[in-house]
Amino acid sequence: MIKIQILGTGCPKCKRLAENVEAAAKESGIECEIEKVTDINKIMSFGVMMTPALAIDGKVVSAGKVLSVDEIKQMM
Amino acid sequence: MWFKNNWKKLSLIGGVFLVFYFLPADSPRFNNALGESLRLAKDYAREHVLLCLVPAFFIAGAISVFLSSASVMKYLGAGANKFLAYGVASVSGSILAVCSCTVLPLFAGIYKMGAGLGPATTFLYSGPAINILAVILTARVLGLQIGIARAVGAITFSIIVGLLMHLIYRKEQITKAVSQTITPQTESGRPLWKNIIYFASMVGILVFANWAKPAGQSELWHTIFSIKWIITGIFTLILIISLSLWFKAGELKDWAESTWGFAVQILPLLFIGVLVAGFLLGRPGEQGLIPSKWVNAAVGGNSVRANLFAAVAGAFMYFATLTEVPILQGLLGSGMGKGPALALLLAGPALSLPNMLVIRSVLGTQKTLVYITLVIVMACITGLIFGAFF
Repeated sequence: MIKIQILGTGCPKCKRLAENVEAAAKESGIECEIEKVTDINKIMSFGVMMTPALAIDGKVVSAGKVLSVDEIKQMM
Repeated sequence: MWFKNNWKKLSLIGGVFLVFYFLPADSPRFNNALGESLRLAKDYAREHVLLCLVPAFFIAGAISVFLSSASVMKYLGAGANKFLAYGVASVSGSILAVCSCTVLPLFAGIYKMGAGLGPATTFLYSGPAINILAVILTARVLGLQIGIARAVGAITFSIIVGLLMHLIYRKEQITKAVSQTITPQTESGRPLWKNIIYFASMVGILVFANWAKPAGQSELWHTIFSIKWIITGIFTLILIISLSLWFKAGELKDWAESTWGFAVQILPLLFIGVLVAGFLLGRPGEQGLIPSKWVNAAVGGNSVRANLFAAVAGAFMYFATLTEVPILQGLLGSGMGKGPALALLLAGPALSLPNMLVIRSVLGTQKTLVYITLVIVMACITGLIFGAFF
């Protein structure tokens, strides 16, 4: 069970990333918990300045980019 | 139970019903406003979409893909040179802030992890005003003068606002949230001069394709106007050559995707903005639903009151990316002064009620109030100066 966090204030790019993450989770069949972090202070506490960003198990793996479904699957 | 689940739909249906029940469909003013709304949309479709917006989307897309934001963030990070930080913060909005949703996280990041309050507020103020799409469309629709004044005014006053915030709160030390910031990796080893040629050719296409028929007698402008399509063609050729020589297929795909992203994100809002502006204010020289008299009384001329009114209204109103342009076009056409127009442009996109709340959650209530006051006063003063000269 891994924990995936999507960091973003709710802009269109962040929503696209969230959709891709959900699709990636479904396709790969890996069990995971997806959480959207929208509070800007919490986002900062990850050390991220460029949103949308993606954190897996509390570790930031990407910032400032909408990852494709395949890229996310690789990271999982 | 049924009511609890469906009250939203019910009130929506009820609301639409009431609107149409009382629709003043026979009133000439209403019908005229409806017509103006459609005519303004047609104007935009004919005049601004193909030659201005489409190239601008491609440039914005290219900026977000090919210019490394990481290299800019270096100058705004924790160990940054303070003087350099203000300068970089004031202009980096044109590169970093092409999407309005990126401004606030970057602002919070610069404040909490990077160069501190001053540069952060500088960035917050200038970012939305000088993003490349906004400047291009402002210059194209509202005239070169206001376009340039908007960019220059935003840069100058962003530095002043940032410095003032820094001076007011210079005693305060915040504990940095995290020492290490995570920024996207720099990629692509293309040398700088190749990027410059690539961007210059796109800007060249944009500038010369939009070269307006000159009103004055200037020889040079006439000559350029008569051969503008040849020049545009040359730039297009340079662009095509640089793309085929230096770019990988994957990069072109990224570029196309991010251009498409901007278009999808911005066009619907802009379209609605144009329709609403046309409906309420009409095209320049025509009247919409709101009488020109009212506009003239509120923000006509270049009085302190008109500038202040425009600045305050702009600060609280929410403008979706670029919609400030058609709205201002309508207002200017209805008799708004150029000074107040600039005041609204400077206060408008930088602030809105929703983003004030986010800023407050980062800075706290007091600093936010100081910031808002500074922005309104600055916008008002810049408007006054601009209105006095033009």
